[in-house]
Amino acid sequence: MTVTLFIPCFVDALFPRAGISMVQILEGLGHTVVCPAEISCCGQPPFNSGYWDEARPVAAKVLKQLKDAEAVVIGSGSCGAMVKKFYPELFANTPQEELAKKIAERTWEFSDFLVSKLGVTELGAKFPHKVTFHDGCHGLRELGLKKPPRTLMSHVQGLQLIEMAEAETCCGFGGTFAAKFPMISTAMGDVKCASAAETGAEYIVSNDSSCLMHLQGLLSRQGKPMKTIHLAEVLAQK
Amino acid sequence: MTTFATKFLKSARVIAADLRHRRIIRTALTNYEIVRDKRKAAFQSWESSRLAAAETKWEAVNHLDKHLEAFVAKIEARGTKVHWASTGAQAREIILKIIREKNAQVIIKSKAMTSEEIHLNDALNHAGLEVVESDLGEFIVQLRHETPYHIVFPSMHLTRGEIQELFQRELGDAPSDDPEELTMIARRALRNKYLAADIGFTGANFAIAETGMISITENEGNARLTAALPKTMVSLLGIEKILPRLEDLALFLPMLATAGTGQQLTCYNTMYGGPRQPGEQDGPEEFHVILLDNHRTELLADAEQRDALHCIRCGACLNACPIFRNVGGHTYGTTYSGPIGSVITPHLRGLQDWKHLSAASSLCGGCTEACPVKIDLHHHLLHNRRNAANEKPDFLEQSAYKIFGYLANRPALWSLAKKLGRLGQPLQNLVKGTALDPARAWTQTRDLPPLAKESFKDWWRNRK
Repeated sequence: MTVTLFIPCFVDALFPRAGISMVQILEGLGHTVVCPAEISCCGQPPFNSGYWDEARPVAAKVLKQLKDAEAVVIGSGSCGAMVKKFYPELFANTPQEELAKKIAERTWEFSDFLVSKLGVTELGAKFPHKVTFHDGCHGLRELGLKKPPRTLMSHVQGLQLIEMAEAETCCGFGGTFAAKFPMISTAMGDVKCASAAETGAEYIVSNDSSCLMHLQGLLSRQGKPMKTIHLAEVLAQK
Repeated sequence: MTTFATKFLKSARVIAADLRHRRIIRTALTNYEIVRDKRKAAFQSWESSRLAAAETKWEAVNHLDKHLEAFVAKIEARGTKVHWASTGAQAREIILKIIREKNAQVIIKSKAMTSEEIHLNDALNHAGLEVVESDLGEFIVQLRHETPYHIVFPSMHLTRGEIQELFQRELGDAPSDDPEELTMIARRALRNKYLAADIGFTGANFAIAETGMISITENEGNARLTAALPKTMVSLLGIEKILPRLEDLALFLPMLATAGTGQQLTCYNTMYGGPRQPGEQDGPEEFHVILLDNHRTELLADAEQRDALHCIRCGACLNACPIFRNVGGHTYGTTYSGPIGSVITPHLRGLQDWKHLSAASSLCGGCTEACPVKIDLHHHLLHNRRNAANEKPDFLEQSAYKIFGYLANRPALWSLAKKLGRLGQPLQNLVKGTALDPARAWTQTRDLPPLAKESFKDWWRNRK
């Protein structure tokens, strides 16, 4: 299958390893990966801030780039939700509505694509560490992805998953929310990090780099030893 | 920025960092979560029940005209006086008129968020009347001259010790911080008030169209005494409280108890269908029901957000909300706090003045998941943001997004911006977290990851 990989803007600029891992895994499974060079961002920042007229041209460019894709894989629950769930709403009553719906149907978050679309659960990965998993809210509640990441992790050799009490509580990132209300965002992140620390895990794993950027930012600033890592990077470790 | 937004930001900044507050709320809500989950598990299917409840409320709200007429006809037939109030001011006027007619001096109240909404206590105090809250939590916040912290748990922000000190100071009696003893002290103070009161004032949880009755849910028996002892009973309820059929309560009473307090049923659920009827031994001689609109019909006219009128005021969305848990109920500055408050306050009190509450959300969806009547809460926060920006865009923010969109759609410029960012980041590091730092909102409390030397796109291009 030809997989069109949509690498979110912040993964591209800040966490390329997560994207590279996705390419390695998909190619390792025998699929052809293409990455449209023209795609920068899904348009979520203006969309979530209420500036839908400003979000639409950015999203329209994405639609154009993806229009012939067989399957679109996005390495983020949040950007995945944007394309899958919110594009049809953003383009409602416009000429692109049908295209938006069509692409939404063909779009998958990375872990969901592996487990639900490809039926792959075992990737031969080794990650001999204690980890806890953070459910990004968009992946969890907009896309309903509680199981796929856990299914994949359960087949990683040496990985010990210890669930934290606040696994499903928002980490406090929330896109522009993190900058508009930094103190609330920080308090939420502190609650999350404390819950993760209670598990004794070495890593917080998630399928959303944006949440991890926020959590890692807090952990680093506070000099905490716990680290964060994207699920794809865990799955690419041999 | 409006004063409401400035106040919110200022107060949120302080309380979000208040670890004591965080601990108190977390302890209270962890206990709530344990019992709630146990009760949820007792439903054959909580999810199907939510769906059924949402459909019933949909039916009620979408045919509100018909159901309200039926409710009024039935309850009036038993001698109840029904009043319609378009605004809070009208509702206050109606209540004051009843008070004057009865020459009343003392009013005892059971818990009613609608009375908070119309600022009734202030109006009554201003008119020189004595008003006593009979719900324990409300009694406590009244003694503290505060508004309720939470729509179901008005004094959840206080510790036993603080309540003991308060009773000692205000009632001159509180030998220990034992909850039972504190309750007895409040009870002794309140018992005399029931007997002295000329008017008993209540809210309502549901209004049954089929039978013309209001249903009141409580745990302390105070609402029953409030309704039964004084000669005149006055109930103020929002027009959206309608349920079509009596049998709907079979679902809604356990649902409200489960979502609200984690109980199978609350201790007392009472229905009132009119004043004392001929041959009856108790009940008020006169019963007034005031149906309050106060901008609810405007919400009704908004097809996208109409489901916000499904709300049964259980507080489940507040309990689930990580924003509420970190900033607390008073920070909102509204009658209804938490996600439901952030959704409806712009409709009740003006979008531009209250849009900041919709922005103060990570859109995590925890509220929508918790709502027993399936209000699409977090998406309505998003819709409020959209409506606010459409109505009155913020020039700077809109310009920033226009520039962002311009760059995002021109890969060469986008790539250049990334390169410039990489060059600029060492400079930004020098001023990290200070007033000079353009990323200060982030870097005050968090490190920023370095922009990668080789971005994913660089890697992708180079490997070919």
